[in-house]
Amino acid sequence: MSSAPALVLEHVHKSFDKREVLKGIDLSVAEHEVVCLIGASGSGKSTLLRCVNLIEPIDGGRIFVGGREVTKRGLDVNEVRRGIGIVFQSFNLFPHMTVLENVTLGPRKARRLDRAEADAQGVELLRRFGLEDRRSDYPDRLSGGQQQRVAIVRALAMQPQLMLLDEVTSALDPELVAEVLSVIRELAEGGMTMLIATHEMSFAADIASRVCFLDQGVLLEEGRPEEIFRSPSNPRTQEFLRRIIAAGRL
Amino acid sequence: MRLRLPLALLVLALALVAAGCGSEESAPTGPTTAAGTGGETVATNPCAKDQLQLVNDGKLTIGTDNPAYPPWFGGTPQGQWKISDPESGKGFESAVAYAVAKEMGFTNAEVEWTVVPFNNSFKPGPKDFDFDINQISYTPKRAEVVDFSDSYYDVNQSVVALKDSRIANATSLADLKDAKLGAPVGTTSYDYITENIQPSQQPQVYDTLDAGVAALKAKQIDGLVVDLPTAFFVTAVQVPNGKIVGQFPTIGSQEYFGTVLAKDSPLTKCVNEALAHLKDSGELAQIQQTWLSDKVSAPVLQ
Amino acid sequence: MEGDRRSRILGGMSSDARSVTIALASTVVFFAVLVLVITSSPGWPEVKAAFFNREVFSDAFPEVLRAFWLNIKIFCVAEVFILAFALVIAVLRSLPGPVFFPLRALAIVYTDFFRGIPTILLIFILGFGVPALGLSGVPTSALVWATVALIIIYSAYVAEVYRAGIESVHPSQDAAARSLGLSRAQSLRYVVVPQAVRRVVPPLLNDFIGLQKDTALVALIGPVEAFRQAQIDTSATFNFTPYVAAALIFVAFTIPLARLTDWLNERSRRRRLAAGIAP
Repeated sequence: MSSAPALVLEHVHKSFDKREVLKGIDLSVAEHEVVCLIGASGSGKSTLLRCVNLIEPIDGGRIFVGGREVTKRGLDVNEVRRGIGIVFQSFNLFPHMTVLENVTLGPRKARRLDRAEADAQGVELLRRFGLEDRRSDYPDRLSGGQQQRVAIVRALAMQPQLMLLDEVTSALDPELVAEVLSVIRELAEGGMTMLIATHEMSFAADIASRVCFLDQGVLLEEGRPEEIFRSPSNPRTQEFLRRIIAAGRL
Repeated sequence: MRLRLPLALLVLALALVAAGCGSEESAPTGPTTAAGTGGETVATNPCAKDQLQLVNDGKLTIGTDNPAYPPWFGGTPQGQWKISDPESGKGFESAVAYAVAKEMGFTNAEVEWTVVPFNNSFKPGPKDFDFDINQISYTPKRAEVVDFSDSYYDVNQSVVALKDSRIANATSLADLKDAKLGAPVGTTSYDYITENIQPSQQPQVYDTLDAGVAALKAKQIDGLVVDLPTAFFVTAVQVPNGKIVGQFPTIGSQEYFGTVLAKDSPLTKCVNEALAHLKDSGELAQIQQTWLSDKVSAPVLQ
Repeated sequence: MEGDRRSRILGGMSSDARSVTIALASTVVFFAVLVLVITSSPGWPEVKAAFFNREVFSDAFPEVLRAFWLNIKIFCVAEVFILAFALVIAVLRSLPGPVFFPLRALAIVYTDFFRGIPTILLIFILGFGVPALGLSGVPTSALVWATVALIIIYSAYVAEVYRAGIESVHPSQDAAARSLGLSRAQSLRYVVVPQAVRRVVPPLLNDFIGLQKDTALVALIGPVEAFRQAQIDTSATFNFTPYVAAALIFVAFTIPLARLTDWLNERSRRRRLAAGIAP
């Protein structure tokens, strides 16, 4: 039963031009774990996620996915990415394709499923999340919450081992946030390994098995939600949480 | 009531438009003829030099296109002129022009040449030449728009081909039916192809003689149709490995070159008088002999 | 008082409707005055006869229309090749990284050179030059080489239009596609280029229209297309009306094209703006 952790970041460094954004991150996510990343904007959360699925190349350190070093030279990055699902803050649905086409593009082209099978699987996934009747619509006809849920389904359609969620509710109107959070909750309860960057503190407190506080590219503190939210040990963590509470977001 | 002002404007505007469109289409009027006082019996010669209405006072302004090709023009080009120099008096059309001018009372120094591209010779509006001499063939349709003088040269069309061309030994128009032919634009050469030869392949048309010659050399056309004197120039100078396959028989009325003048120009009569004198005295034939003599013998295609 | 009088006449209209009415009315008046000035000028009858002659028009129009068929054929053939070839060049231009530098450089040299060279020049060089080389197996038709020249030159322009389109597609789209595990080529083919092309429909259309008019240039080396046919008819009659006939035909061809692409453009714009993507 003991298998390699789903994800390991080992001394990961990343700079943009001269500015170092990740200053030696060590992080490990076990299978079926839900880890939430919190921190101020610019702390490196998004960058961290984008490094995990190799959209951003790292400048130092190593990353392991499912026990395999994915930052090794000569590896087929496309193949690695098929096993990792990522959902972005701005949904990034393909506007020239219908919902179903968005969902089935990956399976059909990257996994070479034939159209009928990909469509069947896609419809099934959409149905699971209540979006089946929207499958022939173009994204411009959907609300933000619906679009984000489609984005999640699109990532799930590739049957990833690991899901990365990058501030997926930050761009949504408040009344649409709940529907997306309930989808994420459902995934967590289903055992999906997830690394979630979020501002939704109460949600994080609710579903995370672990919370990590990122500050200016450094993983300052991590622990169980109760520990972090109720009694953070690092002064910067405390200050951050104080600001969050003052803003009424916790 | 609320729409009164804009409605009034609209009505006024429509009225103006209607007035404009309803204007009578009157025939283009040429320059007014010099009025002679009624009742006078002394015959003032309307073609006397001092009676003429000229574009430039005291000078006879003659137009032609640039470049000026042999054998129509000769001499070394100078100024803006390319290939030949109309002012030299050399070349058939240059010689005819100066002979006509002399008949009309102008010395060589009183003749001025001006560049008139083909399209400008018949564009609407006043002409900037007194007459234009540019290998332009008379056709009845064209004569509705401009005045043509009488013939100063009767034209035969001919076809030039490379010596190894498949039509090089054609002896009849029928032999040309399958040929790909070409002609310069706006010439009766093109008309001859479409009306009398009627080849199975669409003839090619070129802006300039040079372009047609280049096409011939590049073997894009089997034969280039041009008037006979031009054909001699082409084979002598531009396409040494070309030959004149033959000249075409006249079909229908004889084609001829005339000078172009403004519609209803009072000078037309005068130019015709001058040409008549030149024909009667044999001078026109002499000029033709000088500049075109060796250029009129080519087999006639049946 | 002045304001009172004005508001009494136009009173009751919204101020927008008022402005529109005044603008409309004054435009009509302006054109009416223009028409009046033109048609009452002394040379008008002659100009009208030279450019708008009904008889010449009805004689020339069918011939020019028939010749226009050649323009259409050239346009259709050329456009297909241009759209394909230009896309190749644009994609080559967009390949990142030092390993692809030679291809990028090739694309840059191509677009710079062939946007610089005048079309007429290339038509003469290819149209007269290549057949004159006498190479066996190489077509000698003037029409073929003139069309090739048009394809080469327009591909350079359209490649730049494509490139602008590709660069305007937000990198997050490519990121999303790559994140699904699609290769660079697949991302380009299914996600980036389809969006890029939809974005550049107006400038693409401009190039379409430009090409349609430039098909007339093949006449330089022999083939008789609509404009040349108009020229032939003009010199036969010494009347310029055939050019007006040719102009009408060209414009008639352009208008539906323009309306169609406007509609396509609007539809894809709408979809793009709503899908949470930077426009």
